[in-house]
Amino acid sequence: MAKDLIPQEMLRIDYNPPKTGWMDTPVKIKPGIYCHPAKPEKIADVGMPNPHHWNPLDEDWNLPENWQQIFFDGMRERLDKHRSFKIFMDICVRCGACADKCHFFLGSGDPKNMPVVRAELLRSIYRKEFTTAGKILGRLAGGRELTASVIKELWYYFFQCTECRRCSLFCPYGIDTAEVTIIGRELLNLLGLNINWIQEPVSNCYHIGNHLGLKPHTFKENIEFLCDDIETYVGIRINPTFNRKGAEILFVTPSGDVFADPGIYTLMGYLMIFEHIGLDYTWSTYASESGNFGFFTSFEMAKRLNAKIYAEAKRLGVKWILGGECGHMWRVIHQYMDTFNGPADFLEEPVSPITGTRFENAKSTKMVHITEFTADLIKNNKLKLDKNRNNHLKVTFHDSCNPSRAMGILEEPRYVIKNVCNYFYDMPDTTIREQTFCCGSGAGLNASENMEIRLRGGLPRANAVKYVHEKHGVNTLACICAIDRAVLPASMEYWVPGVKVAGVSELVANALIMEGEGDRTMNLRGEEIPKGEEGSDV
Amino acid sequence: MGAMISLIAVLVIILAALVGSMAGLQYVFGVILPYTGFTILLVGFVFRVLDWAKSPVPFRIPTTAGQEFSLPWIKQAKLDNPSTTMGVLGRMAFEILAFRSLFRNTKAELRSGNLIYGPAKWLWLFALAFHWAFFIIAVRHLRLFMVPVPGFVEWLDKLDSIMQIGTPPLYITDVLLIAGVTFLLLRRLMSPRIRYISLPADYFPLFLILAIATTGILMRFFIRTDIVGVKEILVGLATFHPVMPDGIGPIFFIHATLVSVLMAYFPFSKLMHLGGVFLSPTRNMANNNRMVRHVNPWNYPVKIHTYDEYEDEFRDLMKGAGIPVERE
Ligand code: SF4
Ligand code: SF4
Repeated sequence: MAKDLIPQEMLRIDYNPPKTGWMDTPVKIKPGIYCHPAKPEKIADVGMPNPHHWNPLDEDWNLPENWQQIFFDGMRERLDKHRSFKIFMDICVRCGACADKCHFFLGSGDPKNMPVVRAELLRSIYRKEFTTAGKILGRLAGGRELTASVIKELWYYFFQCTECRRCSLFCPYGIDTAEVTIIGRELLNLLGLNINWIQEPVSNCYHIGNHLGLKPHTFKENIEFLCDDIETYVGIRINPTFNRKGAEILFVTPSGDVFADPGIYTLMGYLMIFEHIGLDYTWSTYASESGNFGFFTSFEMAKRLNAKIYAEAKRLGVKWILGGECGHMWRVIHQYMDTFNGPADFLEEPVSPITGTRFENAKSTKMVHITEFTADLIKNNKLKLDKNRNNHLKVTFHDSCNPSRAMGILEEPRYVIKNVCNYFYDMPDTTIREQTFCCGSGAGLNASENMEIRLRGGLPRANAVKYVHEKHGVNTLACICAIDRAVLPASMEYWVPGVKVAGVSELVANALIMEGEGDRTMNLRGEEIPKGEEGSDV
Repeated sequence: MGAMISLIAVLVIILAALVGSMAGLQYVFGVILPYTGFTILLVGFVFRVLDWAKSPVPFRIPTTAGQEFSLPWIKQAKLDNPSTTMGVLGRMAFEILAFRSLFRNTKAELRSGNLIYGPAKWLWLFALAFHWAFFIIAVRHLRLFMVPVPGFVEWLDKLDSIMQIGTPPLYITDVLLIAGVTFLLLRRLMSPRIRYISLPADYFPLFLILAIATTGILMRFFIRTDIVGVKEILVGLATFHPVMPDGIGPIFFIHATLVSVLMAYFPFSKLMHLGGVFLSPTRNMANNNRMVRHVNPWNYPVKIHTYDEYEDEFRDLMKGAGIPVERE
């Protein structure tokens, strides 16, 4: 699909909205912008409501008979359960400060991708159904009828939001359109309207243990294959353990790291770092997924999938949990896990067995982020590093939305990168840290059929990378998110050819001098490390 | 369209007050309406806030706008990503008194294939001027409701008219208020994007406030009213001994009616952002998510796929791969 899209044409974006108001413009569903609907069996086998066949391009979506009632009841319930939802429905002043903050609006110019309008799509229903003024004055008070066409519009635009929260940062009242999207998607799920790119991983994760549906033996084998690669490139044999009771630490990471390029290099990085410091840890095939696509269907499903991590930590009797590089996984862990499935009183307050550092900020969840952990190792000189090995890399860092705007992990990855790479260049200030741009494909929108909107949504990020690519010759985009590693390569290839995507742990491992290692002529990707630079001062 | 309807609505209110007060309904427009408006404001405001507060905050979801509390040698952004109550108070104070988030605003432009982000502070500046001016003017009006006038009100009054232009001296806040509303209104009318997202409910309060400010200024500088009589009415209202002296010009009744309408409109409209901003969960919570347990009052048990079920399904595969199992 990406082949038919010509960058020059994609860049002809008109940010001026049409003359006709949005309420009067029914949705036009365009291929390339949406993902395939969820297969009914994938909805049914996790017990979610109203599985049915439907096609976004069809007139009739085969909605359940009392769909309006289901929707309104769902809305009422959520208004009573979430202050955020109620307040965000009520207090937007439509100042427009959020309008040009969304990467989907910036990349598409579609006015309904302005966060304010995205939320207004639902707010208009709220006014008509739940406010006195809206009931009496209707349109005049900004209310509108919930019709089948409105449902289509909600589906179309809530699945064009990566829940990245960039809009929230700029809103004077902290209105978080991501929160509206989350709840909006919950409502659509009541009608059986999700996308398969979300629903299938959910079902896999529930029954098999991880999104990719890797069964226990395959999960183990995959990691062992990566150990073979390490042996080839580093000359050291690593033998990780699985489901081992009595390990000190349980390590969980998204299954994307186990399976797909370039995530696997990050996973090799974890393995090497742990081996180097002699960490007493185990992998789990049951909790073999820390990412949580349930979060893109409903809070309940998110909780059901998340439960595995604590349950497994308890069964194995570990002291605490270490988590890999992932975006929305950390959003769920940082903001929801303790509330969903805590208290984790069977675990101990995390202390690094290598440095003795107490991770105060993880006192209650007992779950530490690998980047915090690595930063602490480096600070305490526990890693032997030769950063010149990364001299062929000119690195910039993509702050993934969730770790930055729902967590605030901004310095740690930069500290780690600067200690393992000589050439680091940040992108412009307005595009990084808390103002970071989304990869364009988060929240379960990284399918291939919606490539056009992915590339459009990825434009602001890619554009900022292009800036440092042209200015400093940046050729590596580092990140701490498995979704980023899955989707940014396509975006880079399209907008900024010549830039590769790497996890931070991969960069660390490439610089790591391991005891007994062979002559390191190759990096973890099996590429030759350019000669003549090793050891040379910069 | 929305703007037209709103403008007409405000003109109708003005006309009603003018005709009504000339037709001898001064008591209605000068006493009954203000009391009604004020009561609706008070009751409505409290009701709305309680209604919001009734819905719990199940999850801890602050937007983090800076470095988290982390390792001791990493500098935390204490205000933008607070982990303590003090930090939250600071963040909220900046948000409410100085519009911190709006100050961050940027403007995106596409220039020869590149997205450029420039600063965009006008909205912040005018919004801040408008809100502060409105607040000070409201407080300044206490002068008319109270005998004796409290010291801080006198002081504020002096400060506000420090420019000493003309007699009576021009208030700085009057100028700022008009400038602010005009900016906000023009922005809505001229910017295609903002016009696109605007509803009648966005224009109506702007026209209303503009009309209030204009009639207030008219009364002070151009269509002089019997200020002694006005004060008599307002002190009467404040002490619940309403009086209606003769000879008060219609401009006063128009002004009073517009204010009454604004008060009555307030709790049902987006103007409630005044109350909502304090309750916004993304801003008023500390980001100590992993440190302190947060309890969801409606948390309920869910069906999960247990380890035992998992092992039952995959035991043979696990054994074959040398993965330890609980039961052979
Ligand atoms: S910035 Fe906030 S108040 Fe302004 S339009 Fe966006 S959501 Fe509404
Ligand atoms: S959360 Fe992100 S994707 Fe969604 S509306 Fe806001 S800026 Fe756009």
